[in-house]
Amino acid sequence: MLHTVNKSPYSSDSLKLCMAYMQSGDAVLLIEDGVYAAMKGGESEALVSGSSEKVYALGPDLKARGIASDKLIDGIEVVGFDGFVNLAAESDKVQNWL
Amino acid sequence: MSETKKMLYINRNAPYGTVYALEGLEVVLIGAAFEQDVSMAFIGDGVYQILKGQDTSDSDMKNFSPTYNALGDYEVTKLYVEQESLDERGLTVDDLMPLVYEDEDDDWAEKPSIVLLSRAELAGVMAEQDVLFNF
Repeated sequence: MLHTVNKSPYSSDSLKLCMAYMQSGDAVLLIEDGVYAAMKGGESEALVSGSSEKVYALGPDLKARGIASDKLIDGIEVVGFDGFVNLAAESDKVQNWL
Repeated sequence: MSETKKMLYINRNAPYGTVYALEGLEVVLIGAAFEQDVSMAFIGDGVYQILKGQDTSDSDMKNFSPTYNALGDYEVTKLYVEQESLDERGLTVDDLMPLVYEDEDDDWAEKPSIVLLSRAELAGVMAEQDVLFNF
C-alpha cells in the first residue's frame, strides 16, 4: 500500500498515525506540507528516520518550500510528479492521510 | 482622527498548503496603508513562511515569499520569530530570508527586521498590543 501525508508533522498527527499503521512492504510519500517532515534536525525526525519502510518526498513541493537536498533526512528518496504516478500505479491501493 | 493602534499579525501556518499565509500577508500590506503600528509574529509552522530558497517554478503555485521583502517599505519593520518554533523544527535564523528595512531616523541605514524572541518574550509583546489578528 502507498500512504501519502500532506500535513506538517508539527500541526497534525497525520504522519504519526500513518507511520504507526505502516505494514511491511508499504511505502509513504510526503507531499504538500507533509514534506516538512523530510527535513533533518527537527523534533519529528525520528518518525521518518526510524521507518523500516521506504519514505519518498515530492520534489516540486520540497523546492517550493525552500527545502534543499542537503537538508533531507538520510534515506529519503525524492520523486517528481511522474514518480508519484508510478508509485500509485505500482501499489494495490493508496491511503491518503489528510 | 482616530489614534494609532498597535496591531500584531500572528502567523501560525506554513505557506502553500493552505491560503492563510498569503491572505494574511495581503491583509498586513493593506492594513499598513492606514498608518497603524503594525508588526508580525511567526510562530509554529508560521516560521516556514520566511524560509529562504522558496522556488515554485516546478509547481503550479505563486511564490509569494519575495513579498515579505516589501514589508519594510510599508513600515512593517518588526517581524518577531519565536526561537522555540525554530528549535523544534531544526531551524536557525540563517535558514530564514535576511529581511531588512531602511531606518528613516538613522540616515536610511539598512537594519534587520527579524527579531528572535523567546515564547515568554513574545507573550509580553502580545500583551502590549491593542489588536491581535491570527492567520
